Amino acid sequence: MAKVLVFIEQREGKAKKASYELVAASAAAGNETHAVIIGDSVSGLANESAQFGANQVHLVQDAALKLYTAESYSRALLAAIKTVNPEIVLAAHTPMAKEFMPFVSVMADAALATDCTSLTFNGGKLALKRPVYSGKASAEVEFTGAGMQMATIRPNSIGLPKPDTSKTADPGSISVDLSGLKTKILEVVKGNSARPDVTEAAIVVSGGRSLKNAENFKILEDLADTVGAAVGASRAAVDAGYRPHRDQVGQTGKVVSPSCYIACGISGAIQHLAGMRSSKVIVAINSDPQAPIFQIADYGIVGDLFQVVPALTTEFKKIKE
Amino acid sequence: MNLYVCIKQVPDTETKIKVNGDGSGIDTAGIKWIMSSYDEFGVEEALRLKEKTPGATVTVVSAGPDRVIETLRTALAMGADNAIHVELPETADSAMTAKAIAGTLKKEAKVDLVFFGKEALDVAASQVPQLVAAHLGIPAVTVVCGIEYAGSNLKCKREIEGGSFEMVEVAAPVVIAGSKGLNEPRYATLPNIMKAKKKEVKAVKLADIGVSASDQKIKMKNLQLPPPKQAGKKIDGDAGVQAQQLAQALHNEAKVI
Ligand SMILES: Cc1cc2nc3c(=O)[nH]c(=O)nc-3n(C[C@@H](O)[C@H](O)[C@H](O)COP(=O)(O)OP(=O)(O)OC[C@H]3O[C@@H](n4cnc5c(N)ncnc54)[C@H](O)[C@@H]3O)c2cc1C
Ligand SMILES: Cc1cc2nc3c(=O)[nH]c(=O)nc-3n(C[C@H](O)[C@H](O)[C@H](O)COP(=O)(O)OP(=O)(O)OC[C@H]3O[C@@H](n4cnc5c(N)ncnc54)[C@H](O)[C@@H]3O)c2cc1C
Repeated sequence: MAKVLVFIEQREGKAKKASYELVAASAAAGNETHAVIIGDSVSGLANESAQFGANQVHLVQDAALKLYTAESYSRALLAAIKTVNPEIVLAAHTPMAKEFMPFVSVMADAALATDCTSLTFNGGKLALKRPVYSGKASAEVEFTGAGMQMATIRPNSIGLPKPDTSKTADPGSISVDLSGLKTKILEVVKGNSARPDVTEAAIVVSGGRSLKNAENFKILEDLADTVGAAVGASRAAVDAGYRPHRDQVGQTGKVVSPSCYIACGISGAIQHLAGMRSSKVIVAINSDPQAPIFQIADYGIVGDLFQVVPALTTEFKKIKE
Repeated sequence: MNLYVCIKQVPDTETKIKVNGDGSGIDTAGIKWIMSSYDEFGVEEALRLKEKTPGATVTVVSAGPDRVIETLRTALAMGADNAIHVELPETADSAMTAKAIAGTLKKEAKVDLVFFGKEALDVAASQVPQLVAAHLGIPAVTVVCGIEYAGSNLKCKREIEGGSFEMVEVAAPVVIAGSKGLNEPRYATLPNIMKAKKKEVKAVKLADIGVSASDQKIKMKNLQLPPPKQAGKKIDGDAGVQAQQLAQALHNEAKVI
């Protein structure tokens, strides 16, 4: 059993599910689990952490923490670490934590392992695995020293249990000195997507060059919307202008780890696999039985995506009804 | 203006990876090494800034075994003025790598901007830029896909999730980790490649900057190739049947829908 502090990431008062995966995993392992929420007026989120199993919830609140900067959030998390004095600090591997956790590791003189896809608590020690070489291999991570262990875990690596909605939290407050900050957020330019982000979605539906144009992606969007999925794309589709670069999955795009990845008309080039290989269940729909994507697919359909995808949308709708 | 770019040498992504005998790393025999692709954005950004700024110099820094000198020469051929090779063992982790780079930069007369890639292609820890910034006591902005310069002020466009961007204002000295969109990296021309071969590469030893093996905080072990995947299930029939069976399998068997 260890004392674990989990960073609960929120933007605009909405917490990331991936943070709760870590709370739940830590609590399930019998750890003394602390959650810290950083922001401005975020006390409304405290109960959720308790419902996923946190023993204690801490708030670091300040008007200057309304918008994230690496500088301010690293100071805030450090303040929480000093209060809680944990042996292990966890955060979801997201654009936010990815950026500021290394700062905290230096400030706290702790070891940090990033982008791990498997996590177990081994007494007071973390046992972690992470992919290396674009997912072509995986490695175990060992902390060499005896100090505090910090890790970031890829979203969807663990899965989310049902919360116990009867629970409430009695959060404590932690203050932080935010004077003399050197970085300032001028503006957050919001993306206009109604769908979840490819890196966070539990299901990703991706399309390739074979979609032929941007309009045809509508059939993938329809499929995605039946199950709350994100829509991804191969680089060929992005380079052809069918989708924005932010949706690109692969070595020069996003790395995703959903519970289900549905590749439609994607050949399965090594650079694409680099971005989706760690998905739990992989589905390939491709007209070429020799397409390399079938080598890593759990379910393969040799067929024309323009026929199979709409039919699949109909079937998913039936299940959801 | 003194501009620095940290570049990492990584295996070409087309390379087949073989695990070495004790699982502590990969078999490096026969590997083709390249500059990690995001680092090219850093080199390009520094070069463009230099071209606009009289008296500016660009120094590229790479830590690793002797073979990384090759990659430093690639950056020299692109147009960098100076190169520093930090002699670092292959198995150094992000913490030790960053301490070595920061220690090297601290010995330089003045550091205005330090460019990095947002992540290295091989390990992709996304740590080294921020760790270096922390050791230097300066801010870092990562995943930067656009910069507007106004004197020593920078307005950085940083990509976050959901296709959103943060516009971050910061002043030099600062660490910038570049991403796709920042610029279009140039290719080195043949005459410049020839010239770069003759340029001096300065060597820095860990002992000179007070870094030792005890700065390593994590170790990777039991490197493994993914277990050969069992042949997946092929679903036959016409499109309607295939879709129906797939949906049922995902719902009842894999339980992901
Ligand atoms: C054979 C082999 C064995 C290894 N064994 C271990 C091990 O036992 N334990 C372990 O923790 N790691 C090990 N590593 C990985 C280790 O060397 C990482 O490369 C190091 O942790 C840097 O992190 P990163 O590559 O994830 O860089 P990131 O933080 O992802 O890199 C971001 C940016 O930082 C800069 N940068 C990163 N590294 C360098 C560098 N060396 N020189 C100049 N700039 C750089 C670049 O601009 C890069 O784009 C091994 C690597 C190899 C090839
Ligand atoms: C340095 C580098 C980085 C790269 N980074 C990335 C990256 O991040 N992400 C990425 O995806 N790629 C990346 N690539 C590109 C990669 O090598 C491939 O070129 C790309 O993934 C191919 O995209 P695709 O599968 O859509 O197209 P193709 O390879 O052209 O495949 C199209 C597939 O669609 C099938 N098809 C055609 N019509 C139909 C139909 N009606 N129904 C069903 N199937 C059909 C075909 O059989 C074929 O398999 C990178 C390449 C390099 C060199």
